[in-house]
Amino acid sequence: MNELFQQFDVWGAFWLTIKLAAFSLVGAMVIGTIVAIMRVSPVAMFRFVGAAYVNIIRNTPLTLILTFTIFVMLYDLGINLADEASPTSIADNGVRWAIVGLAVYHAAFVCEAIRSGINTVPPGQAEAARSLGLTFTQNLTNVVLPQALRGAITPLASVTIALIKNTTVAAAIGVAETAALMSSAIELRADLNYVTFALVAGFFIIVTLPIGIGLTSLSRRMAVKR
Amino acid sequence: MITRRIGAAAFTLVLAAGLAACGSDDGGGDDGAGGGAGGESIKVGIKFDQPGLGLKEGNTYTGFDVDVANYVAKELGKTDVQFVQAPSKQREDLIATGQVDLIFATYSITDERKQKVSFAGPYFIAGQDLLVATDSTIKGPKDLDGKKLCSVTGSTSADNVKKEVPGVNLQEFDTYSKCAEAVSKGQLDALTTDDTILAGYAAQDQYKGTLKVVGAPFSEERYGVGLKKGDTALCEDVNKALTKMVEDGAWDKAVEANFGPAGFKVDAKTNPPKLDACS
Repeated sequence: MNELFQQFDVWGAFWLTIKLAAFSLVGAMVIGTIVAIMRVSPVAMFRFVGAAYVNIIRNTPLTLILTFTIFVMLYDLGINLADEASPTSIADNGVRWAIVGLAVYHAAFVCEAIRSGINTVPPGQAEAARSLGLTFTQNLTNVVLPQALRGAITPLASVTIALIKNTTVAAAIGVAETAALMSSAIELRADLNYVTFALVAGFFIIVTLPIGIGLTSLSRRMAVKR
Repeated sequence: MITRRIGAAAFTLVLAAGLAACGSDDGGGDDGAGGGAGGESIKVGIKFDQPGLGLKEGNTYTGFDVDVANYVAKELGKTDVQFVQAPSKQREDLIATGQVDLIFATYSITDERKQKVSFAGPYFIAGQDLLVATDSTIKGPKDLDGKKLCSVTGSTSADNVKKEVPGVNLQEFDTYSKCAEAVSKGQLDALTTDDTILAGYAAQDQYKGTLKVVGAPFSEERYGVGLKKGDTALCEDVNKALTKMVEDGAWDKAVEANFGPAGFKVDAKTNPPKLDACS
């Protein structure tokens, strides 16, 4: 175990995984909420765009999306997210594009989680709010969304945990996170295979288990009793 | 009580599914427990995706590793050679669990790997080199400063180049094919790994005339034949076959047939290599 820590930047890889997960989770929540609002909005065009986003992104493998960010967005279209001249431009671009890719992908699942939460709100409430003269925006921000988010905590917890584990796909585009660390360790220290597996599995359990337990208890406390 | 029983059932189900996923491979026929001389069939691990070394196209296998494997298998008295895909990260486990008997898959002999498997050979000595565009000015690792280099995530080559040129701007992908594609489009300056693998890419139709191997190797990769740890009898048999292969000219022929078309010059100072003693 100690040899692994001496030879490889284990903490660096763990930290990068956490950063990837945190930033892309924030991005996914923002995009996902916007798309969810589009999907329930009274404007048919918004509903169509929202549905198209969810159906296209949700049915595209994450590996493909991440490869697409580097090969098409960065190489073909030349959209740089890092200073081109810096000696670490490739690594920086990899991390930033990975965050974008992860956020865009998981936003589709966040959207559906929130939409399921919206479905828990009895339609009578939205109708009552509308009959009181509230606009769509007021209705959404004051009546529907606060209840919907509370009802969506459990599915959102699943999305969060899936997102944390999916950060490992970023190794495919050269982001030095935990899965990349595991690749190096298995390649260079075949004698420590099982230790490496145990270490990586342990890391993910330590990160995801508390989130699962915490959010489940939160969902119980926050649930709107009807 | 009931929940516990359901839990136990679910657990066994998951376990069984997991085992099924691991165990069965397309190998078919007899299962595991191979090794040693005697049987008619032998399972050999090779790469399926490396042109010039081990490549599967339809049901035919070509490449230098495949030619050497076929020769050795024949010398061991095996008539039926079954090829199994051996990705770099799974090689030790494939041997340890008996899913393959021998591995010929650009398997460099290192002290760390010797703790889990034994090696016969080496049957070839390659070196880490660079693949660049034909009009590139890069002559070796010294010219890499400030250049964009590509390799495979977690590979020995990536690790080597980080030590050789600490400030290198390294893009890592999960396959060499992605690297070759990016270099051929001019988006990255060079791809680095063993010269044998690079030669295979340079010789592929889609890259002919656009990519070249620099030809200044800066490491020594000694390709060995991986086999079950401590099986010295098998190791010695394999070494005997390898010696015979070099002596009767079949080794030269295999080198010529697989690396010749790529214009790849085999380093005659180190090749054919001297075999290590089996232990």
